[in-house]
Amino acid sequence: MNLSDLLPLAPEIFLACAGMLLLVAGTFGGAGMARAVNVLAGVSLAVAFGLVVCPVTGVTGELPGGHVGTDGFSQFVKMLLLPAALVSLVLSHDFLKKPEAARFEFPVLVLFATLGMMLMVSARSFLGLYVALELQSLSLYVLAAFLRNDTRSSEAGLKYFVLGALASGLLLYGISLVYGATGSVVFAKLQTVLASGDAPVGLVLGMVFILAGFAFKLAAAPFHMWAPDVYEGAPTPVAAFFASAPKLAAVALLAKVLYEPFGALAAQAQPILMVLALASMAWGAFAAMAQGHIKRLMAYSAIGHIGYALIGLAAGGAEGLQATLLYLVIYLPMTLGAFAVILCARKNGVALEQLSDFAGLSKTRPALAAAMALFMFSMAGVPPLAGFFGKFYVFMAALQAGLLPLAVAGVLLSVVGAFYYLRVIKLMYFDAPRGAAFDPVPGWGTGLVLASTAVLILGFALQPDLAANAVRAATATLAGAA
Amino acid sequence: MNVVDLVPPALFYCFAGVLVLASLMVVVARNPVHSVLFLILAFFNAAGLFLMLGAEFPAFILMIVYVGAVAVLFLFVVMMLDIDFLELRRGAWKVWPVGLLVGAVLVAQLVMTAASWQSLPGAQANILSPAPRENALKAYVTTPEGERQAIQQPRNGPKPLTNTEALGRVLYTDYIYAFQVAGLVLLVAMIGAITLALRGRRGRKSQDIGRQISRKPSDCVAVRQVKTGTGVEC
Repeated sequence: MNLSDLLPLAPEIFLACAGMLLLVAGTFGGAGMARAVNVLAGVSLAVAFGLVVCPVTGVTGELPGGHVGTDGFSQFVKMLLLPAALVSLVLSHDFLKKPEAARFEFPVLVLFATLGMMLMVSARSFLGLYVALELQSLSLYVLAAFLRNDTRSSEAGLKYFVLGALASGLLLYGISLVYGATGSVVFAKLQTVLASGDAPVGLVLGMVFILAGFAFKLAAAPFHMWAPDVYEGAPTPVAAFFASAPKLAAVALLAKVLYEPFGALAAQAQPILMVLALASMAWGAFAAMAQGHIKRLMAYSAIGHIGYALIGLAAGGAEGLQATLLYLVIYLPMTLGAFAVILCARKNGVALEQLSDFAGLSKTRPALAAAMALFMFSMAGVPPLAGFFGKFYVFMAALQAGLLPLAVAGVLLSVVGAFYYLRVIKLMYFDAPRGAAFDPVPGWGTGLVLASTAVLILGFALQPDLAANAVRAATATLAGAA
Repeated sequence: MNVVDLVPPALFYCFAGVLVLASLMVVVARNPVHSVLFLILAFFNAAGLFLMLGAEFPAFILMIVYVGAVAVLFLFVVMMLDIDFLELRRGAWKVWPVGLLVGAVLVAQLVMTAASWQSLPGAQANILSPAPRENALKAYVTTPEGERQAIQQPRNGPKPLTNTEALGRVLYTDYIYAFQVAGLVLLVAMIGAITLALRGRRGRKSQDIGRQISRKPSDCVAVRQVKTGTGVEC
């Protein structure tokens, strides 16, 4: 084995080393280092992004052993994961000023979680997949409980941990069944074995367990019950991180597993994915109406969006995969932007959590209210904003695959879901402000995030083919395998 | 049939039966300390099953790590935290019909799957080689006709690898990636434990210059008029 064999994994190796070095720096630097470490962690993510993009280090290939390797799909997903994680760090920069949160472990844990996600999408065997998934999950559990003196944060961390452990158990049990039926955990070998005959019951049952485990991690209904409590209890920058990069990584991993090892089982996986998609869309739309807490609302919104993204995977084929990935490309800026607004909405330095607190935001902070209105309209799927295109492509993919009922249900449920997005806009624009005045936007970093996500959402309609073509090129390797 | 041939199945059913019973007792035992002790019993029986498979390394790891470290840690936690487990379980009886139904369906599915178990024809190519079995009491292969034959070990051939040796050969070569990432997972676990649980020692007698300088007389000195023969109420 040469050192050059490790080149495809250069960004990950860099991130792992950077995380450990920052840990040492933070330990010696003491408590005052939190924000400095945060900046350095952001720089590390940017450098890792450069390593993914750079033609010398961004090569595709498999590492010896066959458990991990990169391809066009994983490179593309990493190019989205790293900026999403970077934005989460920018959004949490202000949070790290608080004395109870000023600890340097926060950015280090975000780095390791991002590393886990990058390794997840590079996995080429169930063994590589599992260790990477655990690296990501374990970092996220700790982040959820980060405010250790806050009972709600501790509760969120514990709840996430217990249900995450259950999901890991389901996943491992499924993997063991698949191994028993095929004698291998490596994706490429699974493909050849699956081509050798009809899938026995045990193998299909194993796949069902694996899908259930993924559905837990994705918070797709009916495996979603942890998500609202965790989003509510976790610190808001952490909730913003949860809603963005890990969702993308988990959907990308699910797509990879469905298209690579289980490509021959598409017919058996389709009904499961349809049920997951339909239940998530319905639960996201109806349960969100009763919510008065903005972070719970965002949690149900995320559940609904995962439902729409799963429509593409249920449709299958190259179009389905492209539609799902494009949906997530659009979902990331919408969610991060909306969370940036939630982080900015404060009165006398206290973060607003109830929906009714947003009443009259447009009177004192018109730009902030306009940005929130933009994200909400986009999430509801109002043309010509980006969110409309995301929904359009998944519904088209469903129609092409002959899933007319699912597409119709999706359209109807997105109309239902529009209700609570529009309610936020009504509160901001048509209700009288109550109590103290809103604080100004805390820093230029958050302002920059708001501006850039808003431009992406608005500008998508001008060049919709740009993103669609990039997604098509990225999925060519995976869709070819199916 | 030779009596010696009956020993491995008898041992297997003994280990497996006690394992299942002990696992059940872990869940239903009223005293949490008994639960942990039954867990240790379950670990020992699982180790016995591993030994019968000729996998002595997992067997000893199970005893050293799980019995020696994890179960003892559990015992400490259970004894020191003084949690009222009966109180925790009080609400559990309300959901048992649902739990029982889901569990029964799952068990029925798994039993049916296991009864009709078959692997894909291409799976044979993936099975590396017969596992080293000279440590097993007696090992069998099933011939295509459905007969069981004892594996013949070559007498003068190269000495087959032991289980530990075989694991050592692949752990740092073919599986180095998983090994390293598992190391990172442990690092994150350590960071998490320190982040969530470590607090600076309370009552530490170290000098905090900032606090000393910012201390004002009004914070700590009170002037009282005390009459003769009476005390001061704090």
